[in-house]
Amino acid sequence: MTFPILILAVGNESRGDDALAPLLLRQLKQHTDLSGVELLEDFQLQIEHAADLVDRELVIFVDAGMDTPAPYSFYHARPDDDHTLFSHALAPEAVLTTYLRIYKQPPPPSYVLCLRGEQFELGTQLTQQARQHLQLALEFMQKLLQEPRALVWEGYCI
Amino acid sequence: MTEITDNLETAAHPENLRRVAIDPVSRVEGHGKVTLLLDENDRIHQVRLHIVEFRGFEKFIQGRPYWEAPVMVQRLCGICPVSHHIAASKAMDMIVGATLTPTAEKVRRLMHYGQILQSHALHFFHLCSPDLLFGFDSDVAKRNIIGVAAAYPEIAKQGVLLRKFGQEVIRITAGKRIHGTGSIPGGVNKNVNIEERDYLLKDVEQMITWSKEAVDIASQLFEQNLKLYNNFGTFKAHTLNMVRADGAMDLYHGGLRARDMDGNTLFDHYDYRHYWDIIFEDVKPWSYMKFPFLRSLGPETGWYRVGPLTRVTQSDFIPTTLAEHARNSFMAFNGGSATGATLGTHWARMIEMLHSAEVIRDLLHDPDLQGDDLVNIGERQERGVGVIEAPRGTLIHHYKVDEHDQIIRCNLIVSTTHNNQAMNEAIRQVARQYLDGKKLTEGLLNHIEVAIRAFDPCLSCATHALGKMPLEVELLDTEGGRVDTLTRSANGTFYQQE
Repeated sequence: MTFPILILAVGNESRGDDALAPLLLRQLKQHTDLSGVELLEDFQLQIEHAADLVDRELVIFVDAGMDTPAPYSFYHARPDDDHTLFSHALAPEAVLTTYLRIYKQPPPPSYVLCLRGEQFELGTQLTQQARQHLQLALEFMQKLLQEPRALVWEGYCI
Repeated sequence: MTEITDNLETAAHPENLRRVAIDPVSRVEGHGKVTLLLDENDRIHQVRLHIVEFRGFEKFIQGRPYWEAPVMVQRLCGICPVSHHIAASKAMDMIVGATLTPTAEKVRRLMHYGQILQSHALHFFHLCSPDLLFGFDSDVAKRNIIGVAAAYPEIAKQGVLLRKFGQEVIRITAGKRIHGTGSIPGGVNKNVNIEERDYLLKDVEQMITWSKEAVDIASQLFEQNLKLYNNFGTFKAHTLNMVRADGAMDLYHGGLRARDMDGNTLFDHYDYRHYWDIIFEDVKPWSYMKFPFLRSLGPETGWYRVGPLTRVTQSDFIPTTLAEHARNSFMAFNGGSATGATLGTHWARMIEMLHSAEVIRDLLHDPDLQGDDLVNIGERQERGVGVIEAPRGTLIHHYKVDEHDQIIRCNLIVSTTHNNQAMNEAIRQVARQYLDGKKLTEGLLNHIEVAIRAFDPCLSCATHALGKMPLEVELLDTEGGRVDTLTRSANGTFYQQE
């Protein structure tokens, strides 16, 4: 069975604030009604994640970013040929473009929640700033899930 | 005129040369940087690939209980966590004195070959196909997987679904999609039940068919561009790989085999538990990454190549029908010219992907996968060494554990480290062939990256935070002053700094 909403978190818990997205997923599990929601986690986005978008109604990519305005940004992601690929990791837009190309249909409405991180070194802990961003992002995500409709989410885009 | 050194490792008079950096190298895992030193006539005097290594992780794992290692090491890398999971598990098998049960070994093999399949699919269809299908100096805006998906949608789709299948094999054998816990010291913690087996069996023949077609694509590309593929970054190298007792390719377990660049055997079926007697790691002041060499040949000439090209050419045979047929064609092609070609690695990699798909099918038909005897423990040891043939080559994990079960020493020699000097040789050859005396362009610099990507280096960087993957090319004058800087941001746009 495919759940209509997918929240796909990317990050590595052993690399400081790169843990933000996996931690957000864990907190959501503890504190939120997740009926109709599937939570997925991976180290980084890849081409096969396009297959995870099939039959979804709404998708949120959650990630940590260094250049993101604090505490987080939230925006509508769209397929975009300009988002080229420079490593084994893909941008959310590139996953959406891959979906568009191989399934020959537009991907489901997809959004990026990017939490600001400060430090991403191996073996470091979550920074104090990141903890604050995590708490605010959790509250924001709970608000989104109370009204899981693209039209409503558009209103929250920054 | 400045004297040009033959090997291009160290320029005779670097102080008067201008420096060009490719930083980081794109479509490889982690941060790699290439620096070129050129004189006023654009003649190249020095070429170096610099890479950040795993040393931080080796410290990171110290003090942890040994049974955590197979799970913790997966955080080394977002691309090959399963390879580290299995190599660490093999080392911990030694620590707990285990001889694996048939079920445990076969479940682990299934996991490992699933990892090989998905990793090779990613590399061929996503990371190198843009160069191979469009050309090394084609429009940079289209030279990526999105461009491939637009021009060759069926190939792109197969790449996605092959990769997905490999991930499903991993999910079922490791218990989870990531942070798998399936492989543990002394065995595995779950078998593959009938329902899971049948779920994978329904797609496996399609994966074999697509893998065979991928071998055909790789061979056709070589045939259609024979001169380029034969010569591009090609160099002679000693080799190191693991083989089964009968000399067959075995990516999970066996003895070590080394041959010199003329094909003479240096050692064979060597027990990897004493690898330090045959391999030593050298250091050079300009790179964080070590330079392993074969002790018997010494640090200057003892470097070697690992990975798909070595495994396909140096194993006596591949023990599955279609892959062995493909190997025979590869070995015989054009008098054997592909067997030493850097770009022949792509063809060899697809032969291994086909082999992996066949192994997965054969294992799925083996009733031992449903066995209940999962773990075996023997006499506790203080030292453990685990070696596998990972997607990119030989992977060595070595641990020492104290009486309190804590890891007190850890040494990893990963495939990319084994290939350190080989990659440097490849890019120096490309620099001689294509860049020397020319005005540098993005397309010419991409030739350097194409040579590196043939090795699919994995540089330990599971951090991928948005906005962290720029490319910067810096031009400096003979006094060391910056003339120009071109930066490529993570979203693909180029901009010039004032």
